[in-house]
Amino acid sequence: MGLLSKKDANLILDPLADNNPITIQVLGICSALAITAELKASLVMAISVIFVMGVGNVVISLMRNIIPSKIRIIVQLIVVATLVIIVDLVLKAFAYELSKTLSVFVGLIITNCIIMGRFEAFALANGTWRSFLDGIGNALGYGVILIIVGFFRELLGSGTLFGIPVLGDPIAKTGLYATGYENNGFMIMPPMALIVVGIIIWVQRSRNKALIED
Amino acid sequence: MEKRTDKNSYTIIFAVGMVLVVGTLLAYASSSLKDRITTNRELEKQQNILYAMGINENDESNAIFVSTKEAPKLFTEYIKKQLVIQGDNVTEDNQAYLIDVKKEQTNAKAGKERRLPLFIGEKEGVTYYIAPIRGKGLWDAIWAYIAMDENMVVQGAFFDHKGETAGLGANINKRFFMDDFIGEDLMSNGKFVGIKVAKGNADPLNIDKTDNEVDAIAGSTITGDGVSAMLRNELRLYVPYFENLKNN
Repeated sequence: MGLLSKKDANLILDPLADNNPITIQVLGICSALAITAELKASLVMAISVIFVMGVGNVVISLMRNIIPSKIRIIVQLIVVATLVIIVDLVLKAFAYELSKTLSVFVGLIITNCIIMGRFEAFALANGTWRSFLDGIGNALGYGVILIIVGFFRELLGSGTLFGIPVLGDPIAKTGLYATGYENNGFMIMPPMALIVVGIIIWVQRSRNKALIED
Repeated sequence: MEKRTDKNSYTIIFAVGMVLVVGTLLAYASSSLKDRITTNRELEKQQNILYAMGINENDESNAIFVSTKEAPKLFTEYIKKQLVIQGDNVTEDNQAYLIDVKKEQTNAKAGKERRLPLFIGEKEGVTYYIAPIRGKGLWDAIWAYIAMDENMVVQGAFFDHKGETAGLGANINKRFFMDDFIGEDLMSNGKFVGIKVAKGNADPLNIDKTDNEVDAIAGSTITGDGVSAMLRNELRLYVPYFENLKNN
């Protein structure tokens, strides 16, 4: 990473693994459960959050010296809500199809606790460039987990990836289904998302013992 | 010494200022984009109606609308009549597709007579009667455009939703669900019964078209029930029109 100093690079890299917002900080779990039944939704959500988080962190960071501390949470909420609504309006006007795909996520983005968490913990105390990197890094860390969970849930639950059948036809019993394999309907239910996230946390901590809390 | 930003007066001024700035910004964005958004919505309605009567660009497995550029032209070409049904009164109105079904439902609850839009399309000599309907899913509104023949046998259906769960209830706008409705009878022995989205109806390929049932989507019971209820409650209102059609 010649472009970034080591410290700056860590802002992006840390949240991908050792300080992942979902598996380590356990933030943003609600949306991770709600929308990961299919890979496409996970990807769309990941991209939306990367955008909102990058821009949001910059805005909060620019305002950090003038935000009154007593109402800072409300101010943060207004910033993220305004950003999301403006993006939604612009998409509705210029990319209507895309906005329909996103509509369900708009509310989920506003209430995503990772966004508020990074505003509060980082952007309020750091410069614009570093806040931007921190926002992108955390959103990427969130997105990676979302995509992993979405991959397994869609593959095992519906036998498809991005809506394309990859294991054969479950009704006509072709491909893998000819051997007696069945889709696991439980995978598309929210509880299984929690279990998949749990497994990721387990794998991650077993490989890096330093992450285990006492 | 107290920081400047901790003072009550500063906090209040900041709050008021922020509300003004954000309010102006949002109001400006909303009003300047309003026309485009309305146009997009109208085009979408035309695409939906055309889709229901089989005018679409579906590939093997995906539901694809005709392009927004083509939609207005095809709409005037294929939709022969737009009717507004109000009790026994049937009037023609070429803006009927703009009738807001949600508003009409609210009006009906308030005791006013509901205006029911119905679009009559013709393709390759076959006449389609397309009704826009609206109901409740699990999280928010669901709606549909149902194309029927004069015997109330479904010829095509388009479902959509505002915010059903991605990967579950949201799949009502996928072809594997919508296509099951084609050929299903809304009547049973001359009586209107609707079409039930049924779990475990032992007919996943949907071969039986007279059982008034289609196969449900696993994991979306409430959205499916919402679809059943919407079809039953809304299409029922059109029954008198179809009866009249037969008697004449």
